Amino acid sequence: MNLIAPESLVFWTTIIFVVFFFILKKVAWKPILTAVKDREDSINNALAAAEEARKEMANLKADNERILNEARAERDAMLKEAREMKDNMINEAKEQAQTEATKLLEQAQVAIQNEKNAAVAELKGQVAAISLQIAEKVVKSELSDDKKQLELVNSLVKDVTLN
Amino acid sequence: MIIAKKSIKTFILSMLLSVSLVGSLFAQGHGEETSHANDKSSHHEEEKFNPSEFINDHIADAHEFHIADWGGHAISMPLPVILWTDNGLVTFMSTEFGHGKYRDVKASEFTRTDHHRKIVEKNGMKFEMVNGNIYYADKVADIHPADLKDLAKAFDFGIRPINLSPTKNAFSMVLSVIFLFLIFSKVGKSYKKNKMAPKGIAGFMEPLVIFVRDDIAIPNIGAKKYAKFMPYLLTIFFFIWINNLIGLIPFFPFSSNLTGNLAFTFTLAFITFLITSFNGNKNYWGHIFAPPVPKALWFLMIPVEIIGMFTKPFALMVRLFANIAAGHIIILSLVALIFIFKTVFIAPVSGAFVIFMSFLELLVAALQAYVFTLLSALFIGQAVDDHH
Repeated sequence: MNLIAPESLVFWTTIIFVVFFFILKKVAWKPILTAVKDREDSINNALAAAEEARKEMANLKADNERILNEARAERDAMLKEAREMKDNMINEAKEQAQTEATKLLEQAQVAIQNEKNAAVAELKGQVAAISLQIAEKVVKSELSDDKKQLELVNSLVKDVTLN
Repeated sequence: MIIAKKSIKTFILSMLLSVSLVGSLFAQGHGEETSHANDKSSHHEEEKFNPSEFINDHIADAHEFHIADWGGHAISMPLPVILWTDNGLVTFMSTEFGHGKYRDVKASEFTRTDHHRKIVEKNGMKFEMVNGNIYYADKVADIHPADLKDLAKAFDFGIRPINLSPTKNAFSMVLSVIFLFLIFSKVGKSYKKNKMAPKGIAGFMEPLVIFVRDDIAIPNIGAKKYAKFMPYLLTIFFFIWINNLIGLIPFFPFSSNLTGNLAFTFTLAFITFLITSFNGNKNYWGHIFAPPVPKALWFLMIPVEIIGMFTKPFALMVRLFANIAAGHIIILSLVALIFIFKTVFIAPVSGAFVIFMSFLELLVAALQAYVFTLLSALFIGQAVDDHH
């Protein structure tokens, strides 16, 4: 093999390669590598953001579902409460009406009793008066002669016991 | 359908082969006759084609960029010669050496006259070009050109000045750097304007950049530390790749064999070695100088680990060089077949194989750039690794 001036090629290769390396590093490799890296980062970020959005969406959906369920449960509870309240009110009203009615009945009975008593008392008075009149008439007729008066006094005296 | 297509292909290929084989046999016989006739009629005998010289000339670096031969004359683009000599800096254009070629001669026939030598006089010094290298003319006058090809002689700065010339490969490298700069500065700008999905050339290059990042840097260095080394890995990946591709285009101003040159691959591997060493952390150096083995074995392990430090970049250097140089050698050998058989009938076969090899080399060009970058990332990753 014929090596022609190897030192010249080593010399020129070193100079050209080193200069070329620094020039290309500045004009090409840095811009290319940064641009590629930036683009990759932005793509990755975009993908991550999309994933995040998707997750958020799912979360929102779950939230909505939860809120809906809660609302539904609340509505059911309210309905139930209302129904209970209604039942209670009806019952209460019923009870109150019952007691009121009972009270009225009792009062009526008391009034009736009172009236009855008053009536009986009046009747008794009248009966007594009538009886007295009758008795007066009877006594008048009875005591029209002396013999009969005596007999009565005797019977009365006989009844009296002296002690 | 598929079977029919296949059989047609095989048929055509075998026809092509047999025609060219018969043709080449015929041509050889014919060629011998004409060469005998030539011997008698003309004075200069035809040069014998030397495939190994042909291939070596094509894969070697040069001080001029050969474009084509026209009417027996070479058309070349001259390149400047810059020499650091004993008497200071000397510069001139490579054309001053002339295009004549110093031929290999057998040692026994070795005589050199100034007529054959390519000599340039500057600053009172004589420089001679032998085998494409520049020497002090007076110091190599008695050395056979073939002996100068020894690897030991290649670094003997007693016989030649320090050569800092921008050679054919350096020229090709500048070209590749300009290409890459035009492409990637455009890509870089497009990102400043366009924040959305990449468009145009940026859309074409971005997958490659992301490939280097996600398949080379991050798996080997780790997601925490890779960012610091990305510019280097991207630069060597595209730099090696485009120079591999430039080497595959067989005409001016391409066709250089830069990535198949040891000096070039040495420099890149050495840069990786420097980056690895300077970024090596406590674990890395600890693993080398206090390996996790019983202390009695340290005398064995520490040298092995230190050798390992150097074998890694050495493997990088040789792998890239050998793969690309081998690809060039195969293609050149296939082309050389035409000149060895001295017939045009072998050309379709050579051409078909060259096309096939070129496709394979296209793959190798990308693959070797990938492997070099991958292994660099792996070595850097080992150096900065935190946990054991």
